Amino acid sequence: MKKLILTAAALALSAGLASAQTVRMGTEGAYPPYNFINDKGEVDGFERELGDTLCAKAELKCTWVTNEWDSIIPNLLSGNYDTIMAGMSITDERKEVIDFTEAYYPPAPSAYAALKPDADMKGIVAAQVGTIQADFVAKSGATLLEFPTLDDTVAAVKNGEADAVFADKDPLAAFVTAESGLQWVGEDVALGGGVGMGLRKSDAELKGKFDAVIAEMKADGSLNALITKWFGPDVKGF
Amino acid sequence: MTSGGGLRAPAPPQSFSQMFTHCADPSQLEGLSWLLCYLTTGKQFLFYGSFLIVIALLVVTAPVALLFGFGGALAARSPILPLRLFGKGYTSMVRGVPDIIFFLFVPVAMDQGLEYLRHLWKCPPSDAPVWANNEFNVCAAAKIPLSTSPQIWHEAYGFALAVVAFAVVFGAFAANVLYGAMNAVPRAQLETAEAYGMSPAQVRRRILIPQMWTYALPGLANLWMILIKATPLLFLLGIEDIVYWARELGATKSGIYAFPHPDWRVWYFLVLLGFYLGMTRVSEILLGRLTARLSRGQATMAGEAMRKAGA
Repeated sequence: MKKLILTAAALALSAGLASAQTVRMGTEGAYPPYNFINDKGEVDGFERELGDTLCAKAELKCTWVTNEWDSIIPNLLSGNYDTIMAGMSITDERKEVIDFTEAYYPPAPSAYAALKPDADMKGIVAAQVGTIQADFVAKSGATLLEFPTLDDTVAAVKNGEADAVFADKDPLAAFVTAESGLQWVGEDVALGGGVGMGLRKSDAELKGKFDAVIAEMKADGSLNALITKWFGPDVKGF
Repeated sequence: MTSGGGLRAPAPPQSFSQMFTHCADPSQLEGLSWLLCYLTTGKQFLFYGSFLIVIALLVVTAPVALLFGFGGALAARSPILPLRLFGKGYTSMVRGVPDIIFFLFVPVAMDQGLEYLRHLWKCPPSDAPVWANNEFNVCAAAKIPLSTSPQIWHEAYGFALAVVAFAVVFGAFAANVLYGAMNAVPRAQLETAEAYGMSPAQVRRRILIPQMWTYALPGLANLWMILIKATPLLFLLGIEDIVYWARELGATKSGIYAFPHPDWRVWYFLVLLGFYLGMTRVSEILLGRLTARLSRGQATMAGEAMRKAGA
């Protein structure tokens, strides 16, 4: 069954009272440390904690829903949920379709990882489908091999299907360990305009509310504290 | 043996309840107790529960698909032209279009269709178009289920849409099987019934449908097996079924999780393989018994074989 919800009461809309709409937050659930499903079966991670804090500050009731990465934007537009908090970078291409709040995570570096230090970064490179990394690989002249999840891309490198994997450095760092045999290759590449919350273009009011509380968290340093908690002290905050 | 340095009885094995409290700190566990703790986490129970979702889908979809099939077959045989065209159109269209298109299209179309109808009924009139800019916008009161509803309603609704999508597709195939089976009932039987003075509806109800089953069963049994194999498509509809959990749980887990492990998808998919083979075997046994029962006394090869075996 789906993950734990924050609120479970059904409310009746009564005339005169502000309607207590529940904001449904969509996420992927397969991208630690941004978002993942913990061993109790609940959505967890930096974005879960941040989302809950933002909702509390904006006095909104929020529930969490997971959705596959592939169809996360179309389902937002269809109305299955109201926001996307899934480590989604702000890009011009995505801005044509949805709106973003201001970034709550600075532009993160992306890096290559491979089994050998001299792996060919212009050979066959694996990336997650629909990401800015996949775009970058396609434009760099390498042969792009796309997979639905980050896990699948790393598995492809391990079994020899791809020469290297190109992904966000933080989630990829979990796989680059001494036992896995993967190592960093080449230079870090800075991509995207930071990670923001995605919303439908017609939801300007909700975007305004979230923008206000994100700015509040940036101003009082609580956002930086959260970033350090989940990503370590090396990440430069706001 | 005397005491003092001799044989001692081995320490009694830890009780299971002791093992479970030890699960609070997985980093201290090793081997079998780690595995047992791992297999009893909340997430694993979601995996076990998803088997029930698959079985529930099969149990609910099969009768609904059979119902759609009956409707389609009777419509295709009807003397009324529009009904006949609808029946034939339903079977041809669904059989001609890839299933996956229906599985992706029907839930979205039904969901938006129902919400649009509620929008017309419940929402205050507004100029904003419902479909614009790739978005589907209805007022909050028109959404099904409401955003304030508990998560279980959202899941039940998604499941219901999935059942309808499966039933539409498998109903068309069932309609074809039933149409053929109805045509296979010997004309002599129907003529005798008419000679007795039964009306067309009585002939259909008392003679055609009961006799049709023995001809329909091989085709329907085949469809049941195909339905079993099609259940992983639930995963495409966003429902968390066994394939979803096998992928999610099997994937490599880094240190951020309480129970890290390497890529275990092979093991999880082997469990799925065992489940499907088991379901197929049980189905074969049950359908075999049903066929034997329906073939008794029939003028078919199976009936003849039973007569010879009895003699």
